[in-house]
Amino acid sequence: MYYGVILNDRQSLERIGPLDGAPYKGAPKAPALYIKPANTVCAQGAAVRLPKGSPSVEVAGAIGLVMGRAAGRLTLANALEAVSEVVLVADLSLPHDSYYRPPIREKCFDGSLPVGPRAKIADIEALVVTTQVDGVEVERFALADLLRDPARLLVDVTEFMTLGAGDVLLTGVHYHAPQAGRGSRVEIHAEGVGALSFSIAEGDA
Amino acid sequence: MKRGRIAYNGAILDVTETPGEAVRLADGRVVAEGAFTWLPPVEVGTVFALGLNYADHARELAFKAPETPLVFLKGPNTIVGHKARTRRPDGVAYMHYECELAVVIGKKGFQIAKENAFDHVAGYTVANDYAIRDYLENYYRPNLRVKNRDGCTPLGPWLIDRDDVSNPLALKLTTRINGVTTQSGTTADMIFDIPTLIAYLSSFMTLNPGDVILTGTPEGLADTKPGDVIETEIENICRLVNTIVDDATYFASTN
Repeated sequence: MYYGVILNDRQSLERIGPLDGAPYKGAPKAPALYIKPANTVCAQGAAVRLPKGSPSVEVAGAIGLVMGRAAGRLTLANALEAVSEVVLVADLSLPHDSYYRPPIREKCFDGSLPVGPRAKIADIEALVVTTQVDGVEVERFALADLLRDPARLLVDVTEFMTLGAGDVLLTGVHYHAPQAGRGSRVEIHAEGVGALSFSIAEGDA
Repeated sequence: MKRGRIAYNGAILDVTETPGEAVRLADGRVVAEGAFTWLPPVEVGTVFALGLNYADHARELAFKAPETPLVFLKGPNTIVGHKARTRRPDGVAYMHYECELAVVIGKKGFQIAKENAFDHVAGYTVANDYAIRDYLENYYRPNLRVKNRDGCTPLGPWLIDRDDVSNPLALKLTTRINGVTTQSGTTADMIFDIPTLIAYLSSFMTLNPGDVILTGTPEGLADTKPGDVIETEIENICRLVNTIVDDATYFASTN
């Protein structure tokens, strides 16, 4: 199972703007999580088909923490020991402005999580994820920009939900990540982890 | 047929119903209640849950009924079997049950037409989709801290074959706290019925055997306290029992 978190980096908080008013009525307190179920996972080289009526998709390059063991109620001292490696993914979302309701159609359509290479990384927070659409760099996500660093995020998530061995917790995705249209090629890269390539198919899912 | 799963004598076993407080193993042995541990009747794949899918419940929570299904997802950590214990964290003000008809998918499908939806159903069971309202936040609401807590979604005990339920959209739902009825409704009052939900979800995602759709709850929520025994029952499906425990009991390292 893949879990992700929104609004976990400074840039996203700046992009979304003030959160005091409706519907949010304040910044998130607990990690604002979502689930990418099994049908979303696709491999390196996939041609992802978008739901009918969606000309483009947001592409958020992200680093996931792969759990090496089942882990509940982790502490800051032991959290990273439960992580066996990291994985490079592209979290695809149909553009949605509001984070109020769970994004099922937007984030859970078939193939909306291309999954790339894994690596053992000593300093996860030093990673920088770059996204290229048709050969042009459109986004950089530096994990140094995270609000909850990987250990803190694991502590706050496993406080109420146990992660299983092999589960993946994405560390963060940009609000309004850049979009890729049908027919485009996408490459996500993180130095030390590797590259993930896929395309957006012309046809409907 | 009613099918269950238990842990007994060092194994995970499929069982069927037998008269009295007991279950029957595949080899014919009968095991008495109390001598085994109930497991959820299916190893769940993707678990979907519906918010505000009964008009009276939407009103109860002061929401307008949604125009498209309000769906959220659950991880496997939250599913527990019949007669399990569920933790109410100390200091929480409002933790309520939700009695729900659970639809178990039996056949893979994508872009399933409403008229074919029941072909993809293996059967039905009962879920109690607890929520702790203290933790509600307005991001991807209902957020995971409210709805995806360890052991907060009891499921079971039986999976009833689809063809044994003549009309899943006319079943009485009842919840009792310590034997006193606090919630009663009917699946006839669902806003988005089972074929509509299957058609909607499969319009953009492939449904697989073992996926489970929790179809929402009618009005009649009530707070639950440590020690309370919560029975969620759906007519002709089954009766699911769960006990609320406090932190000291839940975290005690005795068993």
